[in-house]
Amino acid sequence: MILVLGGLWIGQNINLLPVDASANAPVYDELFRVLFSIGTILFVGIVGLVVFSLVRFRRKPDQLGDGLAIEGNLPLEVFWTAVPAIVVLFVGLYSYDIYDRMGGMTPLNHGMDHGGMQHSAADHKAMEGMDESDAMAGRVWGGIGNGSAISTSAENAVAAVPIEVTAMQFAFLFRYPQGDFISGELHVPAGQPVSLRMEAKDVIHAFWVPEFRLKQDVIPGQPTVLNFTPTRPGTYPIVCAELCGPYHGGMRSSVVVEEPETYQAWFNANNKLNVADA
Amino acid sequence: MTVSLPPQSEQHTPSLQPTGWLRYFSFSVDHKVIGLQYLVCGFLFYLIGGALAGAIRTELASPMSDFMPRDVYNQVLTLHGTVMIFLWIVPVVNGAFGNYLIPFYVGARDMAYPRLNAVAFWLIPPAGLLLISSYFITGAAQSGWTAYPPLSITTPASGQMIWILSVLLLGGSSIFGGINFIATVLKLRRPGLKLMQLPMYCWAMLGTSILVVLSTPVLAGTLILLSFDIVAHTGFFNPGLGGNVVVYQHLFWFYSHPAVYIMVLPAFGLVSEILPVHCRKPLFGYATMVYSIMAIVVLGLVVWAHHMFTSGTPPWMRLFFTIATAFIAVPTGIKFFNWLATLWGGRISLNSAVLFSCGFIVNFVLGGITGVALAQVPFDVHVHDTYFVVAHFHYIVYGGTVFVIFASIYHWYPKVTGRMLNEPIGRLHFLLTFIGFNLCFAPQHWLGLNGMPRRVAEYDPQFAFINQISSVGALLMAISTLPFLWNVVASAFNGEIAGDNPWKALTPEWLTSSPPPVENWVGEAPLVEEPYGYGVPIDQIDLKATSGRDLWSSGK
Ligand code: HEM
Ligand SMILES: [Cu+2]
Ligand SMILES: [Cu+2]
Repeated sequence: MILVLGGLWIGQNINLLPVDASANAPVYDELFRVLFSIGTILFVGIVGLVVFSLVRFRRKPDQLGDGLAIEGNLPLEVFWTAVPAIVVLFVGLYSYDIYDRMGGMTPLNHGMDHGGMQHSAADHKAMEGMDESDAMAGRVWGGIGNGSAISTSAENAVAAVPIEVTAMQFAFLFRYPQGDFISGELHVPAGQPVSLRMEAKDVIHAFWVPEFRLKQDVIPGQPTVLNFTPTRPGTYPIVCAELCGPYHGGMRSSVVVEEPETYQAWFNANNKLNVADA
Repeated sequence: MTVSLPPQSEQHTPSLQPTGWLRYFSFSVDHKVIGLQYLVCGFLFYLIGGALAGAIRTELASPMSDFMPRDVYNQVLTLHGTVMIFLWIVPVVNGAFGNYLIPFYVGARDMAYPRLNAVAFWLIPPAGLLLISSYFITGAAQSGWTAYPPLSITTPASGQMIWILSVLLLGGSSIFGGINFIATVLKLRRPGLKLMQLPMYCWAMLGTSILVVLSTPVLAGTLILLSFDIVAHTGFFNPGLGGNVVVYQHLFWFYSHPAVYIMVLPAFGLVSEILPVHCRKPLFGYATMVYSIMAIVVLGLVVWAHHMFTSGTPPWMRLFFTIATAFIAVPTGIKFFNWLATLWGGRISLNSAVLFSCGFIVNFVLGGITGVALAQVPFDVHVHDTYFVVAHFHYIVYGGTVFVIFASIYHWYPKVTGRMLNEPIGRLHFLLTFIGFNLCFAPQHWLGLNGMPRRVAEYDPQFAFINQISSVGALLMAISTLPFLWNVVASAFNGEIAGDNPWKALTPEWLTSSPPPVENWVGEAPLVEEPYGYGVPIDQIDLKATSGRDLWSSGK
């Protein structure tokens, strides 16, 4: 009992994570606290049992005999098969739910209208069949969220900011197709969904922002996506998390989360299309 | 260390094989000699791998890349992982203890294919030397022990090719060994010995060998395709030629996830042998232990994509592999609860073998808990490829398997040499290892959660302090091997004489002389139907000699 309460307390009150700066980070932290609580209870319980047994049942100098000849205990064994099974099932379903809330279960290739390829969302049924061949160039192979720049109806139809990420040894480049310019630093507006479409030039890299709790490999030949909504203005590191060569450790960049007005100002200052159009 | 064994009694019998210390350098077909060859050879590679780890931790003591050039760092990293996995853990928990113990346990005089056995061992030293020499000749591989393309295709080809060649040789050795273990356990049992009477280590080795035989060929095939991409410029995994880099990851992990069970199932088996002897109690739940080993084997084959949650994998695959992976915790948990129940109510001798076994339980439980957490996609998306994962698998591989290797050395040393190891030095070794290990790896969980990726030579200065703690832990671990080495060498000459069965154990390897004769037993092999028949039945407890609490505790 004390163990359970103690574990819950530790899980809820000890914070091992950096600040949260995206909409899914608090959701992630919720999962983390649940896992941390369960883990603490289990770990402390088992270590307690081991230490207790070693102290309580150690052989004292005058004891020559054996221990008890207990070879098994069916109810007990059923108990410790069933309880972990239920716990992992619960954890699995719960994390599925979390993942769904992060947008991870969105089908990847529905309603692609990215990079100039215009497909109507209505015929995505037909598209699924063609994924392999026809839509090769626009196909998204993995990631979180779908390849669509326009969020689907469920997300109150706010337009996501599309950004094309290119990773190469040993840097990230961010291209803003709406303004046709390239930046070495990722700027995003707080409170607005962002959709990264990522591809690597040479070897596999990974795009990781610890404060967003998000990571996605950037793979040569296989575009991936990462959708998220930044929440907390600030500057956070972008870290490459996949071994990509000698300077892998130095392959870093930053993401600047700004108030929408500041972002807009930055965007306008860089916008090339506007200049050309005007 | 074992080269200095006291002279053997079998020297009167004429033999075609060299006798005395020379046989340890020969193509011996004696399973006991081969077992020790594996152990000593593996330990030498462990020292090399340890030195490489020392170099890594020295580099990481400061946030700058200042100790060695960056490409050398990647070579050191790759060599460290490859040496530790393929030249230390796998050969020792499988080859060394498997060869030494399995024939005893099944009541045989040798393995099923003694010559194949010797071939399997003698593939290892050349493969290992080849791997290490690549560093001096052309520069070693730089793409990590996982060798993901396209990195492995674009880094210098010679080092990568030597890496592939030596891993292929080591994989071959492992397959030969696996076939031999399966044949020995299934076909060489002494008449009258039933499968469900075998000591647990036999079951563990049977399960492990099934995994070896099913999955290692896949690794071999994959590496051959990779080598074609490198030397013949084929395009299997080269995106520039229309290849698919993620396919390599699927194939690689189809082997390498089972490989983690190849490294840990035998350790489970060894612990199951050690604990009952020193607790003077039967192994709790024999049958469920056997079933859980088999469940781990089956599940272990269908969880590989949990290493690829951030690669190009579709959502349904992420979901399936989460559930499958998390469920491995159930049979694994059963084994741990069974060991705890074996401790409960025992008469435990707190010697080094038991301490290392309990250290294993504690460390592995933590590694298992982080494993189940990593199996949850959303959790893994944050910490994949960070120091959190490094901490997880070192808790499993070092805190688990290496602790068991030490426990086993303390347990079987008297059998092999006829002399006891020094207990106080053994406990000192345990204490230093346990503290050093936890100091080194526990802080790495935090590093990973807070933004330090793995396989980097330089990092954000905010992590410097925690990395220095970790490096101090590593230094402690390095120091802890000194008392061990001293103990093993000194005790071989003037350790206390052990006698044939110092632990009063019931398994067949103890029912012969120490060290055992070439034919394992003089005369017929004993039939051990109850390898764990220790303990007093509850109804025969001498009531006067036990306290009320003893009775109460037996009610559990
Ligand atoms: C309770 C059982 C276990 C579970 C649920 C589990 C789960 C996982 C998961 C999900 C990962 C991938 C993490 C990532 O890269 O993001 C992982 C990595 C790893 N695990 Fe475990 N694991 C378990 C036990 C083991 C065992 C028994 C071993 C070895 C003896 C092991 C060794 C490893 C290794 C070596 C890696 C890292 C591989 C690499 O990327 O280089 N794990 N584990
Ligand atoms: Cu990188
Ligand atoms: Cu795995």
